[in-house]
Amino acid sequence: MRYIPNSPEEREEMLATVGLKSAEELFRSIPADVQLNRALKITEPLAESEVIAAMESMAAKNTGATKPSFLGAGVYSHYSPTIVDHLIQRSEFFTSYTPYQPEISQGTLQYIFEFQTLICQLTGMEVANASMYDGSTSMAEAYLMARRVTRRDRIVVAKTVHPEYREVARTYGQHGGADIVEIDFNEDTGRISGLDALDDKTAALVVQSPNFFGCIEDLKSLADAAHAVGALFVVVVTEAISLGLLKSPGSCGADIVVGEGQSFGIPMSFGGPHVGLFATQEKFVRQMPGRLAGVAYDKNGNRGFVLTLSTREQHIRREKATSNICTNQGLIALAATIYMEAMGKKGLQEVATQNAQKAAYAAKVISAIDGYSLPFSAPRFNEFVVRGPQPATETLERLRTSNGILGGLALSKYYRGHDNDFLVCVTETTSRTQIDQLADAISNG
Amino acid sequence: MANIPENLRYTKDHEWLSVDGETAALGITDYAQSSLGDVVYIDMPRVGDKFGAHEAFGSVESVKAVSEIFTPIAGEIVELNNGLNDTPEKVNSDPYGDGWMIKIKMENAGAADALLSAEEYEEYLSTIG
Repeated sequence: MRYIPNSPEEREEMLATVGLKSAEELFRSIPADVQLNRALKITEPLAESEVIAAMESMAAKNTGATKPSFLGAGVYSHYSPTIVDHLIQRSEFFTSYTPYQPEISQGTLQYIFEFQTLICQLTGMEVANASMYDGSTSMAEAYLMARRVTRRDRIVVAKTVHPEYREVARTYGQHGGADIVEIDFNEDTGRISGLDALDDKTAALVVQSPNFFGCIEDLKSLADAAHAVGALFVVVVTEAISLGLLKSPGSCGADIVVGEGQSFGIPMSFGGPHVGLFATQEKFVRQMPGRLAGVAYDKNGNRGFVLTLSTREQHIRREKATSNICTNQGLIALAATIYMEAMGKKGLQEVATQNAQKAAYAAKVISAIDGYSLPFSAPRFNEFVVRGPQPATETLERLRTSNGILGGLALSKYYRGHDNDFLVCVTETTSRTQIDQLADAISNG
Repeated sequence: MANIPENLRYTKDHEWLSVDGETAALGITDYAQSSLGDVVYIDMPRVGDKFGAHEAFGSVESVKAVSEIFTPIAGEIVELNNGLNDTPEKVNSDPYGDGWMIKIKMENAGAADALLSAEEYEEYLSTIG
């Protein structure tokens, strides 16, 4: 259903019906001393050509957008087929909002249902919600859900989980009595260690795979360790394309899978809007946050879609709600759904394979450079850590200014004692030429 | 006309109690199940949970509403009717029999005497229409 603004005539009619002269009267309960009482400080209206020129001039400041980039770390450069943008521009998709009378938005509910189904298939889980805001808040909600399900307060989270995700989740839970314990990683493998922090007070073990260093964790044995103490196993996936190649978290014993769907045809956009994924097993569904589309049948036996299990939501039961979220990332989830359906199972496997193969090639040529090595031995997908002979910030600055290449992310931004390490990401959008240029630029430094 | 068995005690929140020594079984009345409509889910506490008098111990969800269920007397949950997980409709079809929800060990065995008798509950129903 299209969402169109009201005309001045319609506004007049509404005001007359409720007996008011102007829209300002609707706000008369707001104290005068906090009202702005002046025009907003923006420019005079500009001609369309002037607006376009101003926007282009601002966009041109983003010099990084035109440079070859090996940046990953939670936001990934993948190719989005033109059909994604073409379809989401349809006005009934582009203008519509979260349905509050959901049953009349059957088209919206249908694509949400398809999104949920595809996420279940990729994660190997039994039920997925209509999406969350992003990967980091999905993870924060998983902390809360695990605590509700187990009635325990401790969350054991690996330091190899994205540092900004951990920070968001900590902020989210800071007034709720969560006891968050961060555990270390093995400096040789790049995988998590420190599992002796697991005990009978632990609500969940939270692990990212591929982790922040690009290393694939041994999910099955981590699941066993969590379950042995009665804790839930939460897997975080920041690079959704990895689901096209790696064993699904569900098949490895995950109780909750959360993550980021940006890799499915969504532009990087300087960090958002992206889309959070949240999936769990059927037995936990009533503790899952977020909206949930379901199939139902009308009295004539025709299939339709509904929003279901609504008693989890705050507008139905405030104190017992599983979350305060009452919406989803509808347009972004739709774009991701179109991407997944356009690529199909084979397409996704092909993209994932290209990512892995190109990253393997890049890792090989870079580690062959004198003074450079790969410090972590665990298997990887499309990201890996490179260790050089000087501080990574210097290496990367030189690559950017002298060679016009964004070479990666210095680990020193988040981890102490890793000053010479940087994280490199290679996707299907990176060409062999670009990888060779990166290697040349590094070795000539 | 709602069914109100003689041998049970009742509350104004439409729960019934069946006392057996120190333990009481609890469920919702015929009037309640009829008002709620088709029951789809009962949110149960856990065995061992303790509740005070008039505390909500769970909720019953139907196709059109969700209502909290209260225990009129203080005590500890000793048994749950787990069969309701698969067949919640028993609450509608047999509210006083297979539709029982919890068994609670009463903190004070005499507390049930303060509840409404069948006659008093019937009287109460006639006032709320």
